[in-house]
Order: sequence, then structure tokens, then C-alpha cells
Amino acid sequence: MRLEVEISGKTFRSAAGGTHEVLAPVKFALQSGEVGVLIGPSGCGKSTMLRIILGLDHDFAGRIARPPQARIGMVFQEPRLLPWRSVEQNVRLAAPDISDAKLSELFRILELEAHRSHFPGELSLGLARRVALARAFAVEPDLLVLDEPLASLDDALAGRLRDEIATLVGSRAVTTLLVTHSLDDAVRLGDRLFFLSPRPARILAEVPIAIPREARADAEIAAIKAGLARRIQGEQGDERAGRDVS
Amino acid sequence: MLRLLSFTLFLAIWWIAALLVGGAKLPSPPAVLQVMIAEASSGSLFLHLGATLARVALAFVLAMSLGSAIGYLMGRVKLADRLGDPWLILLLNLPALVVIVLAYIWAGLTEAAAIAAIAINKLPTAIVTLREGARALDRSLDEMASVFAMPRWRAFRHVVLPQLAPYIAASARSGLSLVWKIVLVAELLGRPNGVGFEIGVAFQLFDTPRLLAYSLTFAAVVLVIETLLVQPFEARANRWRPRAA
Repeated sequence: MRLEVEISGKTFRSAAGGTHEVLAPVKFALQSGEVGVLIGPSGCGKSTMLRIILGLDHDFAGRIARPPQARIGMVFQEPRLLPWRSVEQNVRLAAPDISDAKLSELFRILELEAHRSHFPGELSLGLARRVALARAFAVEPDLLVLDEPLASLDDALAGRLRDEIATLVGSRAVTTLLVTHSLDDAVRLGDRLFFLSPRPARILAEVPIAIPREARADAEIAAIKAGLARRIQGEQGDERAGRDVS
Repeated sequence: MLRLLSFTLFLAIWWIAALLVGGAKLPSPPAVLQVMIAEASSGSLFLHLGATLARVALAFVLAMSLGSAIGYLMGRVKLADRLGDPWLILLLNLPALVVIVLAYIWAGLTEAAAIAAIAINKLPTAIVTLREGARALDRSLDEMASVFAMPRWRAFRHVVLPQLAPYIAASARSGLSLVWKIVLVAELLGRPNGVGFEIGVAFQLFDTPRLLAYSLTFAAVVLVIETLLVQPFEARANRWRPRAA
């Protein structure tokens, strides 16, 4: 499915009565099967944007175009599992039609076989995040949204989990939107990168990556990153000059 | 084991007190047991106990289901909360005796009046507890259910209901104890059977062994229901929580 996002603005009314602009006009589109990555500083409004795209927040100006019947798989920043249901039940409740074989396959890829009957309270954060991933993939989504799925994990685990995400995203064409502030994750997983400004968020740069994901070895990734770093520094320099931030 | 010890201690204190005070005011445990056996073998103990239990069950189910539904609504919908709140405060502070007497005056000395009066007494506490439960619901899990397009019933059963379970259990437990107390007053005032009626009779005759026989049997039934029904439900609802040290 194709995702079109055209937000012309989002303001947030604070308890004190003032209004804050969270999102500046933002416009982008993802083709079917494309992996888009939103990269921006903490608190720039990425999560707000995701909530709008997911249909959880209707209080904004603009429009989101996605097929109304599109199935969504979501990995929230915190795992958001049901603490009173086992790992397997958590996945099955989101994806009641999943076959036993598919579920086993998913649990095998994410190394969750031993934890099927555990409750989320008994899992480490890394495991809980994997369950959240399993749940998102189990619904066989048309649109997959990952909100910093690797945050607060150590590098080794984050690296392995990222490879697992790459495997799963590669196994079937699914339009994916990944939010991260790790350039490394973005370059390894993304097809199209969107760099966001600090709040109110707008798109500073849209960078497509031409090399297919499977063909990106460490050398290619380093080259892309170096190119990006130069570009970002240049743009941030412009930004500073333009805004005269003290 | 500890429970048994504590129960034996209770019996011992009772017996000693009975010896000190004298049988007319406080009969000894064997004297009460004798009355219990006599009433049981004539069948009237079970008749009265059954009548009381039936009233408790009906009033309890009525108040819990209605109170949970209203409380959930008030916790979720602001308008309902605004509209319902003054009524709730009125009901909460209305003395049980007033409700019972008015129910008997308006609806006659009928079974329906008794059960309705008991249920109305329990209703507001159930509403208050469930309203708190509904207010404490985790919105992030609601969002999760909505993003994954869970059908309403499935989301309610697996996302909402487990969060409400501790509140339902608390409301059931406090409600049950409230209903136990009020049912006897309602029976004393306007029913021709039930434990409350028998206690009224015993009071008029100053028949302490009979009074104790009925109230202690009643207390025993309450204890059994608490251990066999309420506690297992709570344990099941909380089985996912890590055990307290």
C-alpha cells in the first residue's frame, strides 16, 4: 500500500492555556514496500506524527491517505504488552488468524520459543521488545510502524534485533515507517530517510538510498553515513546561521 | 494451621467469658451448638438460611452488575460522571434504614421491596469503586488495541476487564460484607423468614442461645463463601502479578 502524509500543522494546547506548535507543515509519501525512516532529535514531534498517521490523534490540520482496510502492525516505544496475558496470547490476541506454523516460525526468528507461556512481567526489556515485534509482524501488516524499537538496548542486542527486523521486513513487501535517532539503524534499514528539524518538526532533507538493503555491506554503509554526515552538518550550519540561535 | 489456632483461641475466650457472665447472658459453646443441632434437624435453620442467602445472592448480583456498568460508564464518559455524581453522593450518604423503610412503605412488605432496598444500599459503593477502576485504565493499552484493530468485545475482555478485575474483586468483597449486614435488617423489619427474622424473634424472647446459633451459622456461611468464592477469584485475577516477597 502507498502511504501519503500531508500535515499542514498541529498545535497542542498546554494546561496553562498557551498553544505550542508541535508540527510544522510536513509532507511525504512512501511507496508500497518501501522503508521510510524518520530521523530527528528527541522531542521534535516524531511520536505525535506517528499518532496522527496511526489514526490515534484526529486533532490536526491536513490529511493522511492510506487504504482504510490496511492492516497496521505497530511497535511502540515501550512494548505495551498486556501484562495479564502470556507472550503467546499477546501475539494471538492481535493476530487471531495466525497459523501455528507461522507463529512458530516467528518465535523461532525472534528466539522467543522458550518464552511462549511467560508473562511479560517475567521478561527483560529486550525480550519484551521482541514480543512486541512478533506481535506487529504476526498481523501480516500492510503498514508497519516502528517507534524507536531499539532504544535503550545495548549495542550487541540492538544490532541483532536490527538484523531480525531487516530479515522480517525483507521476507514480505510491507510499507514500513521507522522512527529512530540512530543514523546507523536508519542507513541499515531504510530506503528513504527523512531528516526532521527540532520542534516544530519539519522535513529538512529527504534522502533516498539507492543500494538495495541486502547489498549494503559495512563499506557501503560507512560511505552512505559519511555522505549524510557531511550533508547534515552543512544543513545544521545553515539552520544555525538562519535562526541565530545563541 | 494458624487459622485453626486463632479459632480455638476464640472458642476458649468465649467459653471462659460464658462461665464468668453466666448462661443467661452468654451461653457456653456447647449450649449454642445444641440449639444449632436442634434447629438443623427440624429443618428450620436451613429454611431461614436459604431464604437469606437467596436474598443476598439476588441483591448482590443486581447491585454488582448495575453498579459496575454505571461506574464504568461514569469513569469513561465525562458527561455521565457530571450527571451521575450528585445522585451518587445522595445514595452514598442515605442511611440503609431509610432506604429499607421507604421501600417497604412504597412497595409493601414484599420480597421485591426487600431485595431492591438491599441492592440500592450496595449500588453506590460498587459505582464508586468501578468508577475509580475505569479512571485508572491504561490509555496506552487502549491505543494498542485500537491500532491493532481489535474488535470491541475482544478489547474489552482482554484489555479492559483484566485491569478492572482488582476493582471488581474489592467491590465484591466490601459489597458482600455490606449486603450481609443489611439483609438482616431488611428481614427483621419486614419479612416472615430468614436469619434476620429469626434474630428478631430471639430478641423478643431474649433467647440468647437461639440468637447466637443463627448468627454464628450465618457467620460460618459467610466465611465459607469468602474462602471458596471471593478469594479464588482474586487469586486468579492476580495470577500474572509477580508474587510478593
